[in-house]
Amino acid sequence: MTGLQDRLTPEQVEEFGREMDEIRQRLVADLGKEDVDYIQNLIKTQRALEVTGRGLLFAGFFPPAWMAGVAALSVAKILDNMEIGHNVMHGQYDWTRIPALSSQKFEWDNVAPAQNWRHSHNYIHHTYTNILDKDRDIGYGILRIDPAQKWHPYYLGNPAYASVLAFIFQWGVMLHDLEFDRIAKGERTWADTKEVGANMLRKAARQVGKDYVLFPLLTGPLAPLTLLGNATANMSRNLWAFAIIFCGHFPADVESFTEEETENETRGQWYLRQILGSANITGGKLFHIMSGNLSHQIEHHLFPDIPARRYPQIAEEIRASCAKYGLPYHAGPLHKQLFSVAKKLVKLALPWNGEPSDPKPTTLERDKDLAAA
Amino acid sequence: MTALVPRAARRRAGQLASFAEALLTPHGVDRYLELLDPMLVRKEIRGVVTEVRRQAADTVTLTIRPSRAWRGFTAGQYVRVSVHIDGVRRTRCYSPACSQYRTDGLLELTIKADPHGLVSSYLYANAERGMVLELSQPDGAFTMPANRPHGVLLISGGSGITPVISMLRTLVDEGHGGPITFLHYANTADDVLYRDELAELAATHPGLRVAFGYTHEHTGGDLHGFFGTEHLHAVAPWYRDAETYLCGPTPLMDAVRTVFDTAGLSEQLHTEEFAPPPLQLDTGNATGQVRFTHSGAETANSGRPLLEQAEEAGLRPEHGCRMGICFSCTKVKATGCVRDARSGELSTEENEEIQLCISVPVGDVEINC
Ligand code: FES
Repeated sequence: MTGLQDRLTPEQVEEFGREMDEIRQRLVADLGKEDVDYIQNLIKTQRALEVTGRGLLFAGFFPPAWMAGVAALSVAKILDNMEIGHNVMHGQYDWTRIPALSSQKFEWDNVAPAQNWRHSHNYIHHTYTNILDKDRDIGYGILRIDPAQKWHPYYLGNPAYASVLAFIFQWGVMLHDLEFDRIAKGERTWADTKEVGANMLRKAARQVGKDYVLFPLLTGPLAPLTLLGNATANMSRNLWAFAIIFCGHFPADVESFTEEETENETRGQWYLRQILGSANITGGKLFHIMSGNLSHQIEHHLFPDIPARRYPQIAEEIRASCAKYGLPYHAGPLHKQLFSVAKKLVKLALPWNGEPSDPKPTTLERDKDLAAA
Repeated sequence: MTALVPRAARRRAGQLASFAEALLTPHGVDRYLELLDPMLVRKEIRGVVTEVRRQAADTVTLTIRPSRAWRGFTAGQYVRVSVHIDGVRRTRCYSPACSQYRTDGLLELTIKADPHGLVSSYLYANAERGMVLELSQPDGAFTMPANRPHGVLLISGGSGITPVISMLRTLVDEGHGGPITFLHYANTADDVLYRDELAELAATHPGLRVAFGYTHEHTGGDLHGFFGTEHLHAVAPWYRDAETYLCGPTPLMDAVRTVFDTAGLSEQLHTEEFAPPPLQLDTGNATGQVRFTHSGAETANSGRPLLEQAEEAGLRPEHGCRMGICFSCTKVKATGCVRDARSGELSTEENEEIQLCISVPVGDVEINC
């Protein structure tokens, strides 16, 4: 794997970093009412869908009503977790000072408590993106998703684990914060998990309480149907979130890094790593919203705290910058990226280290003359 | 038996509310109700403007109906009022001007538009019937003791009239028996707020004397020029035996304070100005760099509050009280640790809102400013 430092000259890296900083400044200066209106309208839509979905399940004896209810509730949960929750919890709307949009106060419709998730996601994953042994999102501590992860017979179950994880993704995200893998390795003790674990129990009890006890009971004789409906909605959200997130970092051409090569990173190098370690998913406007604009994973990783609705606005510019510096800009349609991830999961179940077909970054020429570009 | 009914009903309403909260977790009932009507919220306080009146050229008086969580206030206290301006929620403190006993439960705020004041100019320009404001429960210790003093002297200047006219209206509602003097300063006769209301109160309440002092006119008022001992002798010769409540611009506050201090009466003078909290600063041991991310400014941590450090770095962050009560200076701290210089409490979370005026960096910090 080509070292990060070998890509561009240090001057080029810093120049690139400055370009990114400029885009950022411009966006920050432009934030205003439009951004707030956008997210408030989306919240309105989400709440309306949620109420409609729950309402329709009261008529769940009528199959079309049940199906429409589940569909509405699934979309509501997806919007809540992705375009609203994930982005609000990133602090994208903290500048509005609106308590309901505050990263510190927002809770999402998901069993993983916001507080735990903010730490593992905003801090660990976004700071140490794709650094082996540091970014715990690489394989979530249970999968082998990078050839550089050492093989173990346990990984023979790779595809099976991934499939199970996809269905119960919210629970996976929740348990992820207990850092079982690190406990197993002795880097963390059970005592360390006390507070995190207590948060989980509290949050999970509330979530389970409403979806699997209270709402079913409210529908009286329809309770089993309502429970099934709510479970289906949670599952749809799980599958969708899993697909989007795995396509953001794990398609075949996305790179990972070692701790050594990222030591004492400059801001420019950090930007560079975000570009190399992320992949976009192409699609229409609705698709972008449903994915929480994580389909613009590259832009999101460059500017995680800028409102996501801005990512499509700058995508072309980022792509052009990448082209100018000979950097890859990974992007592909969902089915292609998913297939690529699936292939990787199957391949890496075996003791294969990825050397032969490891994509040599073709676009990088060390002394690329920028003046000529 | 009948007395039990409301209590049982209230208990049932409470149970219903917590059931609704359990169904609507994690967002909570208010986040759904407000989409139907912002005034329906149960836990937060909102106020809908029911009347807008412009008494003088640059002031606006709002009558506000608070939502159900409002618990009432004590004359002299203030409420935090938040409005959304260009997407950002801005908060300022205003003291209600009405009596604390106002029977219709409405609240009256009089706001003077400060040309540099974001919120006051916004409210002056945009306030209209039906506008919904976000409110806090009342706060502040500028209040009269429950055991009312016999003689009361109320001194105010300009828009500082609001907390003291609230005290006056409250005393009048109570049928206060002792002497009251309401001494108000304005530049000219045209700038006097609440002139008619004050005249009416003076006419109906026997022990009340209302006196206007015009600082920029030589005729037409009860007093002219700036405050001095002679003004006191003229309108409240009994001031030594009274409790005095004062609110107004700094020069007036200073002048009154000097007179009372010299007379050995500082114990009997109460001011709206909040005693600045004793800040624990340790400038000797300050370490780290302070980076203001939006402007790119950077400075070595001096150990002083961040507001001062930002100003020294050439920035002009929005602020109000500079003592931690108005929340105007709230900014997001992206990374690093700051200490609340009042309580010593540390805040280490990323992306946490902090008040620049009372936060001191501990090591490296990044502020989105
Ligand atoms: S809280 Fe008022 S200026 Fe800081």
